[in-house]
Amino acid sequence: MCSMIPHPYKIDRVIKETHDTFTLELKSCNGNGNFEFKAGQFNMLYVFGVGEVPISISGDPNEIDTLVHTTRAVGTVTKEIAKLKKGNIIGVRGPFGTSWPVVEAKGNDVIIIAGGIGLAPLRPAIRQIISQRKSYGKVVLLYGTRTPEDILLRRELERLRSRLDIDIDVTVDRATREWTGNVGVVTSLLSSTPFDPINTTVMICGPEIMMRYTISELEKRGLNHDNIFVSMERNMKCGVGFCGHCQYGTEFICKDGPVFSFTRIKDLFGKREL
Amino acid sequence: MDSLERILKDHPFVKNLSPDHIQLIVGCAKNIVFEPGRFLFKEDEDASEFYIIRTGKVALEIYTPEYGPITIQTLGNGEVLGWSWLVPPYEWRFDCRAVELTRAIALDGKCLRGKCEQEPKLGYELMKRLSSVFEGRLYAMRLQLLDIYSSQEPKQSK
Amino acid sequence: MKKIDSFEFNSLLIALQQNGYKTVGPTVQNEVIVYDEINSIDDLPVGWGDSQEGGKYRIKRRNDHSYFGYVLGPITWKKFLYPSVQKLWQAKLTNSNFDITSETVEETKYAFIGIRACELKAIQIQDKVFTEGDFVNQTYKKIRDKIFILAVNCVVTGGTCFCASMGAGPKVTGMFDLSLTEIITNDEHYFLVETGSERGIQILSGISSHDADDHEINSGNELINNASANMGRSMNISGIEEILTNNFEHPEWEVVAEKCLSCANCTMVCPTCFCTTINDSTDLRGEIAERWQKWDSCFNADFSYIHGGSIRSSTKSRYRQWMTHKLATWHGQFRSSGCVGCGRCITWCPVGIDITAEVQAIRGSQQYQKTLNEE
Repeated sequence: MCSMIPHPYKIDRVIKETHDTFTLELKSCNGNGNFEFKAGQFNMLYVFGVGEVPISISGDPNEIDTLVHTTRAVGTVTKEIAKLKKGNIIGVRGPFGTSWPVVEAKGNDVIIIAGGIGLAPLRPAIRQIISQRKSYGKVVLLYGTRTPEDILLRRELERLRSRLDIDIDVTVDRATREWTGNVGVVTSLLSSTPFDPINTTVMICGPEIMMRYTISELEKRGLNHDNIFVSMERNMKCGVGFCGHCQYGTEFICKDGPVFSFTRIKDLFGKREL
Repeated sequence: MDSLERILKDHPFVKNLSPDHIQLIVGCAKNIVFEPGRFLFKEDEDASEFYIIRTGKVALEIYTPEYGPITIQTLGNGEVLGWSWLVPPYEWRFDCRAVELTRAIALDGKCLRGKCEQEPKLGYELMKRLSSVFEGRLYAMRLQLLDIYSSQEPKQSK
Repeated sequence: MKKIDSFEFNSLLIALQQNGYKTVGPTVQNEVIVYDEINSIDDLPVGWGDSQEGGKYRIKRRNDHSYFGYVLGPITWKKFLYPSVQKLWQAKLTNSNFDITSETVEETKYAFIGIRACELKAIQIQDKVFTEGDFVNQTYKKIRDKIFILAVNCVVTGGTCFCASMGAGPKVTGMFDLSLTEIITNDEHYFLVETGSERGIQILSGISSHDADDHEINSGNELINNASANMGRSMNISGIEEILTNNFEHPEWEVVAEKCLSCANCTMVCPTCFCTTINDSTDLRGEIAERWQKWDSCFNADFSYIHGGSIRSSTKSRYRQWMTHKLATWHGQFRSSGCVGCGRCITWCPVGIDITAEVQAIRGSQQYQKTLNEE
């Protein structure tokens, strides 16, 4: 695939997740419908005449006939994407970037910690792990978000919970009166999650502040930086390492990331205005 | 060794206290169980106890006239709950309701207060430990307040 | 090594033109020496020199008729390799699809006339960025592959030059087709010519040339060595990677930020800066969309913008980013320095910020600290 030219995809379904977040299910317009990707990778999505934006792929890597993206309408392009309907065309360039260590984590316990919209880029990893459940030890998903109304992929979370071989815990920063679940920061869920720091892989995705205090808690529990993986975000224009926008120290988020082992970026992480 | 002592000895709150102090604390402690829905304490009640949660989950709530009770935080295994026993007027500021079956150790705060007055060294040790609890709780609450999952820039409302 | 008379230089230009090359090189426009299309020697800045300092550039008359008696102007060869504004593709919306037509890259073959050692090194650095990664920039490559390099060794130096410190000049090395050294004596005006490729040999074969004798070759070397020893600036780059990455909070960043206007001049004139931005637009009816690529700069306020704000909102952070990238992190990305010591950023900075002085300021107080520790 020529890396600078978007391929047209047709919107097959739009699912409203929360007041500002939605999922698009896309099918290729031209011929070969399969889209192969690795969990953690992203595409540049193009709205005709408006612009492009990098969005993580949020579908199941085993279901390659449909391309799925979950995104939040916060900027010019995503707000335009939010207006699109079934049948509209959207341009896709990708997949780009590095992936979650789903294969490398085999044999280990896995803790997946998601904050807010960060659940979307982790969902392909969750799906892939489930599809080979026997290859992993304990699997835990900890998810923190703003309010109960902001919980993404609710049905999926409920389905996952009904499997008896995964622990799922959800918390919100702010409760509504109907909410009977956890209230507090996502790291508070860690206190009820026993794990052996040697044989555990942790994958974290969410706002940078959330990743920062989560890593701090994990360090206190004896987890090695080699076992911690994060997904970073920066301004992107080309997605292929030419435009220079996504640079983060020596790293290009578009090709050296977005998924990084924390060891690789620990000297960069938390440096202000880097 | 008494089973209460066994449990308390390893908890960060009590760990590394001198054997005498540990005995003092054990002397003020008792096992307690709360069924789901039962209140551990209610706002404005006398705060004479505080709790170390062994297993289970409790919700700290505030009651609002328009919306009823709203949960501001949930606490689980290993958490230390309650410090109003230490601060005049020694009254609870929130409601606390067991969400799940919760087994806890209840400590007689009033009794401990008295013992700390007599033995400042014990008092200081407890203060250090409680400060650590406060610090962690405050940090977490500030992060909650930050509203980091919002797509809005922190703004002044007009 | 060959020798050609100065007027034969014109024949070189003609030979290239006859071989289908568009000859571009230095010429005077608006009292500045720029790179543009040149047809004959008459278009060259014959008899012109330049005087450069931090924030200052003037051309001045020389007392001879040299063709290359100056160093660098504000224009780099980036202008031809990937223009500052370039259409990438155009798309037409239909009911069920959109058709994208790639812009046909001009089939122009350029001959870069008078390119200097530092500039050639800069192109090699950009080749790594655009053609040696996982993705290849086709629009760049198509033009780049066809370029004929007629390089010139510097025998004069500029007030802000420091290519010698960076190992990037003044002698031309690397891949070139022809490399010339201009020599003017009381009696003669000639060029020494070194061939670097089959193409170079072929073009030279159509020109009248002699073998250069040892004396002439030595004169050439002496001039180049002289230029190397008389650079306007120098930069100590030993350990520069660690020094810059370990001094993220050095007070010097605040000092330079006071002066820096964040005007982006340095990035526009730098021959290795490669950042671009993408502009998508549509016609009024929304039926035809275009994607344009434009030069961008890490000094621009929204360069690092992500939902809500720019990561690097202060001038201090942007200057630090530019300099640290150029001299330090570039090594980790592309296994070389990003700087070739051309000095343009010093000359064209409106407030005369000097990258060599900045390095010294950060390095200098490190040494001070080290001495304190040793006492």
